[in-house]
Amino acid sequence: MTKTWNNRAWFLVLPVLLLVAFNAIIPLMTVVNYSVQETFGNNLFFLEGTKWYQDVLTSSRFHASLLRQFTFTFIILAIEIPLGVAIALTMPRSGPWVSVCLVLMALPLLIPWNVVGAMWNIMALPDIGLLGYGLNKLGIPYNFTRQPFAAWFTVVLMDVWHWTSLVVLLAYAGLRSIPEAYYQAAKIDGASRWSVFRYIQLPKMNRVLTIAVLLRFMDSFMIYTEPFVLTGGGPGNATTFLSIDLVKAALGEFNLGIAAAMSIIYFLITLLVSWIFYTLMMRGDEQ
Amino acid sequence: MARINLDDIRHAYMASPRGDGDFALKRVHHTFDDGGAYALLGPSGCGKTTLLNIMSGLLKPTEGKILFDGRDVTGLSTEERNIAQVFQFPVVYDTMSVRDNLAFPLRNRGVAPDEIERRVAEILEMIGLADRAGQKARGLTADDKQKIALGRGLVRSDVSAILFDEPLTVIDPHMKWVLRSQLKELHRRFAFTMVYVTHDQTEALTFADQVVVMNDGEIVQIGTPEELFERPNHTFVGYFIGSPGMNVIPVDVEGTTARIGAHRVALPGGAAIDAGARTELGVRPEHVRIGNQGIPVQIDRVEDTGRRKIVHALLDGRQIAAIVPEDAGVPAEPRVTFDAAGINLYANSWRVALGPAEEGARP
Repeated sequence: MTKTWNNRAWFLVLPVLLLVAFNAIIPLMTVVNYSVQETFGNNLFFLEGTKWYQDVLTSSRFHASLLRQFTFTFIILAIEIPLGVAIALTMPRSGPWVSVCLVLMALPLLIPWNVVGAMWNIMALPDIGLLGYGLNKLGIPYNFTRQPFAAWFTVVLMDVWHWTSLVVLLAYAGLRSIPEAYYQAAKIDGASRWSVFRYIQLPKMNRVLTIAVLLRFMDSFMIYTEPFVLTGGGPGNATTFLSIDLVKAALGEFNLGIAAAMSIIYFLITLLVSWIFYTLMMRGDEQ
Repeated sequence: MARINLDDIRHAYMASPRGDGDFALKRVHHTFDDGGAYALLGPSGCGKTTLLNIMSGLLKPTEGKILFDGRDVTGLSTEERNIAQVFQFPVVYDTMSVRDNLAFPLRNRGVAPDEIERRVAEILEMIGLADRAGQKARGLTADDKQKIALGRGLVRSDVSAILFDEPLTVIDPHMKWVLRSQLKELHRRFAFTMVYVTHDQTEALTFADQVVVMNDGEIVQIGTPEELFERPNHTFVGYFIGSPGMNVIPVDVEGTTARIGAHRVALPGGAAIDAGARTELGVRPEHVRIGNQGIPVQIDRVEDTGRRKIVHALLDGRQIAAIVPEDAGVPAEPRVTFDAAGINLYANSWRVALGPAEEGARP
């Protein structure tokens, strides 16, 4: 077979190139542009080099919000993944209840994020909200607009309510793919309930759980809307996560250089963690 | 090791079965003797796997009882029955090593560590995976995984019975033969009660001392491979076993002759047949002789299978098959005769005894 060389074929790549350019490269380069310059009105720009990056990386405010971000992501992963798996294990494997459970599980995922924030805001209000009022009535002082711990508790609870379903659905899909013969063989071999989980269900869910962790990491690491509506980052800076801090810097304080540098660093962290996950996942596949 | 009695077992997968058609197993009453090697043979969907799962306790029969050595175990779990079972598709614990896979059933039952080590080493040797004992099961081929599954079935020495559910489906032909011989050898050495489900007649006939042929939720015949071949109790057994299957030709019976259209075939004996019964003659292709005498046929086609030829011919407009030696010629005006020893007569699909000397056929 002879190969035909025709450089006009490169034009076929053009549509994709344009699409990627407009939705990723150009916006990103704009941010890069801001991150290395001092910006004034009337479109006056002065090159600043790496000044903004140094400022951000040495700023205690950035360190604090980064730490809050990692803490939050770690907490919700530590709750949502085991909880999601546990719920998936208790869901029926067949019968009419399957669809009922699936719909119930999918409901929180269908609610717009700012509505979730508003719902929990109202629910957590100490004077009228079911949660806030209830807790205070039980003798537990609770006010999420004043107590940092109460604010964290509410934000974590909200995220668990909102996103555990995703883990449940993924884990359930993994469980459903296990052929009945595995359970039968386990019975024959006299395996305990724990052994069945440890040696059959967990290994078979390995893939979907990796994906679940990755998705929940990405999403929670970029969380903005729900805490913004619920606490607005407060009390003080108690729930000011990275994205909230970023928006404060960019739109509240109009610190374009700082905000742009923060965005790039933020982006690189997310990219790095995703790359690590991807590598681990691929290595798992090779075995 | 145990004797297994199936006492009028019926099973339906639906909640409230009404007619006979709702039952996957219609009525099974049979004893598997202690230490016997049995095959359950039948086409897909005939209820063999259902019967096997009832014996192992994975399914509870809708009606009937199961006895192990006279003890009623119908309500007992799989574990309490102490049964080993190997499934059609390889089930291995992916994250465990080959050795741990084999040790798993023993560890779950609290067997002493040195005993576990001894048994596992023995089984590893037998299934030929000793050199890969430390490897994770995940990376092995389907063949090797199924060997592990077989090994897990054989590792316990105190089981009541070992049940195999078409275990060699995924194994390649050469290995199939080796493993089957090993199972047979194992049976000879340890006298486990073994029940082997298959739809492959070669597998059933080479493995088992007694073959239980099932069709449509019922046992149609139980016998040695030879009995199934020479004296099929039901026309189903006749054409299910044998390659090609038995020729079944509709006939009219008058005393000791059978009429096929205008032609007559002498029967080896007379038979009492109910008036109005549908009668058929069953002759295996091995017992059909092609030559210059007998009933004229037209040759349809000849298949050469290597060591012998299968002649497909038309007798009175019906297909019949004959097996002739590789070097035998076919005359220009061929005629067929049937060996008297190979003639079976069926009334309403069930075999009827011919003459006074014969026994064993179903009334």
